[in-house]
Amino acid sequence: MRIAPTSQRERVLGGLFRAALFVSLAVGILTLIWLIFSVVKEGWPRLNLDVLFHFPSSNPELAGAQSAIMGTIWVVGMTAVITIPIGVGAAIYLEEYADRDRWWNRLIELNIQNLAAVPSIVYGILGLAFFVRGFLGLGQTVLAAALTLSLLVLPIVIISSREAIRAVPDSIRQGALALGATQWQTIWRQVLPASIPGMATGSILALSRAIGEAAPLVLLGGLTFITFNPEGLDSAFTVLPIQIFNWISRPQQEFHVLAAAAIVVLLVLLVAMNGIAIFLRNKYQRKW
Amino acid sequence: MTDPVAQRPVVAPNTPPESADAPACAEPVFRLRDVVVSYADVPAVKDIDLDVQANHITALIGPSGCGKSTVLRCLNRMNDLVLDASVRGQVLYHGQDIYASHVDPVEVRKLVGMVFQKPNPFPKSIYDNIAFGPRVLGMKGNMDEIVERALRRAALWDEVKDRLKQSAYGMSGGQQQRLCIARALATDPDVILMDEPCSALDPISTARIEDLLLELRRSYAIVIVTHNMQQAARVSDRTAFFTVDLDEGERHRTGRIVEFDSTERIFQNPADPRTEAYVTGKVG
Amino acid sequence: MSTTVTPASPSRPARRLGEARPRYGERIVKALLFLCAAVSVATTAGIVVALAGPTIEFLGEVPLKDFLFGTEWRPLFSPPDFGVMPLVSATIVVTACALVVCIPFGLGAAIYLSEYARPGVRKALKPVLEVLAGIPTVVYGFFALTFLTPVLQDIWLFGDPPSVFNALAAGLVMGVMILPTVASLSEDAMAAVPQGLRQGAYALGASKRIVATKIVVPAALSGIVASFVLAISRAVGETMIVLIAAGGTPNLSLNPAEAMQTMTAFIAAAGLGDQSTGSTGYQTIFAVGALLFIATFVMNIFSIRLVRKYREVYE
Repeated sequence: MRIAPTSQRERVLGGLFRAALFVSLAVGILTLIWLIFSVVKEGWPRLNLDVLFHFPSSNPELAGAQSAIMGTIWVVGMTAVITIPIGVGAAIYLEEYADRDRWWNRLIELNIQNLAAVPSIVYGILGLAFFVRGFLGLGQTVLAAALTLSLLVLPIVIISSREAIRAVPDSIRQGALALGATQWQTIWRQVLPASIPGMATGSILALSRAIGEAAPLVLLGGLTFITFNPEGLDSAFTVLPIQIFNWISRPQQEFHVLAAAAIVVLLVLLVAMNGIAIFLRNKYQRKW
Repeated sequence: MTDPVAQRPVVAPNTPPESADAPACAEPVFRLRDVVVSYADVPAVKDIDLDVQANHITALIGPSGCGKSTVLRCLNRMNDLVLDASVRGQVLYHGQDIYASHVDPVEVRKLVGMVFQKPNPFPKSIYDNIAFGPRVLGMKGNMDEIVERALRRAALWDEVKDRLKQSAYGMSGGQQQRLCIARALATDPDVILMDEPCSALDPISTARIEDLLLELRRSYAIVIVTHNMQQAARVSDRTAFFTVDLDEGERHRTGRIVEFDSTERIFQNPADPRTEAYVTGKVG
Repeated sequence: MSTTVTPASPSRPARRLGEARPRYGERIVKALLFLCAAVSVATTAGIVVALAGPTIEFLGEVPLKDFLFGTEWRPLFSPPDFGVMPLVSATIVVTACALVVCIPFGLGAAIYLSEYARPGVRKALKPVLEVLAGIPTVVYGFFALTFLTPVLQDIWLFGDPPSVFNALAAGLVMGVMILPTVASLSEDAMAAVPQGLRQGAYALGASKRIVATKIVVPAALSGIVASFVLAISRAVGETMIVLIAAGGTPNLSLNPAEAMQTMTAFIAAAGLGDQSTGSTGYQTIFAVGALLFIATFVMNIFSIRLVRKYREVYE
């Protein structure tokens, strides 16, 4: 029996299909290239250290983003302090202690999955109602912003920490328990140290998300004209994405150039953070 | 500081293994009577009567699925970690019921050591692997000495004394398992439970560990689950042969002990025909 | 027959089992960790409470029918109009534009990565997609306004060209942003399909195209649909892109070339102006927010259910 060559029909259809798939990938990749290229080209005239060291001003020649950069560092730093312990704690509870059959544990899991997909501006509403006004009444401050962003990225920290904990083989736990260690001793001395690389990577990714967020902070008052660096947790603030938004909203073209330059700064910051995360993952990730 | 382990009474060396024929004079370290272990109310093993003597090696043999590991895990309450497991009957450790309501399983595990089927060293240095148990238990004394002593008892000291700070994962499988034995010894138990400790190892490592067991027998009581009949015959003093019964309705398989006697009798002159069929290889 | 050995000296003195300590430390730790986990429940409860109060007050002033079905949204006029339809229609238009991009191209990328790409290519391309997902939304908004809109204006073929602010640019860019989500979730769903199914089809002489479209995609369908639903949810909830590029004037229209204000853009814009607490203007933030939250909540639950379904089948 002779083996026939590929049918004409299949060659055409197969080829078209393959091409369509290529196009799908290309759309994303080419848009990314176009975006980066345009932004750098637009911001090029103002890409100098002035952007980092000057403060905002109504005169575009003089304006810079220092208050926004420092504000970002303050707000995201405080966010890390709040969200990482809570997220890791929740992950430990869900992976090591919680009994899946109990309804309240299932409710917690469902909540976390849902919160991961709630629009970020709704978190802004939450922060406005409870942290800025209302219950805590902190006003438009760094602390209110940090609390809001902490809740926003908490699901990311929890989910990635859970994966890191889950990756630790059960035989390690069994070995420790068989030696007479209590459950907490086992977790604190064996499971947690072994899962730190994964947790660090996940936390950095969560903070990358926080750095780029603008919508909730718009509601929390990050948009006022801030020309000073934050002085404390109760200080008014602005962050880099909001400063960028501010400049985009101005009619003058020079401000758009500034916005592009600030975007480049933001992207560089994000690339650096993600680079650190990937480096940590490759260097310390254990293959069990 | 006196060394409780060094003061442990020792059986005369050169004692051939198949020697503990008579019932022991001393009180058994472990005594199990009418023990039933169930998962979700379905019995996995029942009617378990067993004695574990000090300075003896007790082997649990039988085909797969007879509940040998289940019984082993009763002795250090590791079954507690399985969600719907329940244990009925008496498990007496030096006369104390370890399943009494006032007993803390963590305390039991400090006195009874365990070595698992697949070596499971911690992702730490060799030194820290051994030191983990004593540190967690709050043992007093010079940690360096404790670590060296444990490694010597496990016949591993000479091989690793120059690389104590290196990762335990750099060792071969046989070495890792001896490390796990040393780790269990470091907390100074008087019983060591072993769940098929050689099944993941090559024959040379297996032989080394069997020699080690004969050494350890001088100071510890050892209970070993093994699929390897020849190993049980080589090493143990007493042997319990397990089988599995199908209950009425053929829905559940329940393990039980068919015969428990000196190793010599089990292998050369068993009382029960099922035992004979197994040890002579007629049945898998 | 056998020599009796001296079990020698009596075995070492019997060890006493320690009394069970209550181990309060362990219990406290467990309680603290539970509280950490319960923060998530508190967050959801907080969102519901934050939205419910002012919304209920708002609905005391404005009848629900007028709110949901009214066609004019002028909350700061006198007399004010509180019909939310223009905001909802804008959200729908922008979302539709986004879906036109992210669904076919996201699924296509997923099929390519899952069935066609060599492992080396896969490893190289996946991070690129992750980068797309990680770009801040302000940047996408800037891109849509500054670079995409002029291009659209240049190439527009029929009817009025898009205005400076328009839903199309915002929607298309949003689609590119959401594309990695669709691709990644769909690819996970396809990866969960057992190799045995593919092997059986190949052995019968099916081509790669057939296996991908007739075997793998149908088998992974619930996961793929879950990714689509999640994409819709993200598009509905996205704020900065539409705030920057789609416009700030409510406009009840289905023409994507026009400027319009979505629900999210309205909330942000209203939040920018300082409204006094308790005023009806302030309450509109929460009322629209409640509508937004309910819509995305329903979609999220649906999507979670679908993912659970396909995981059950194969794992």
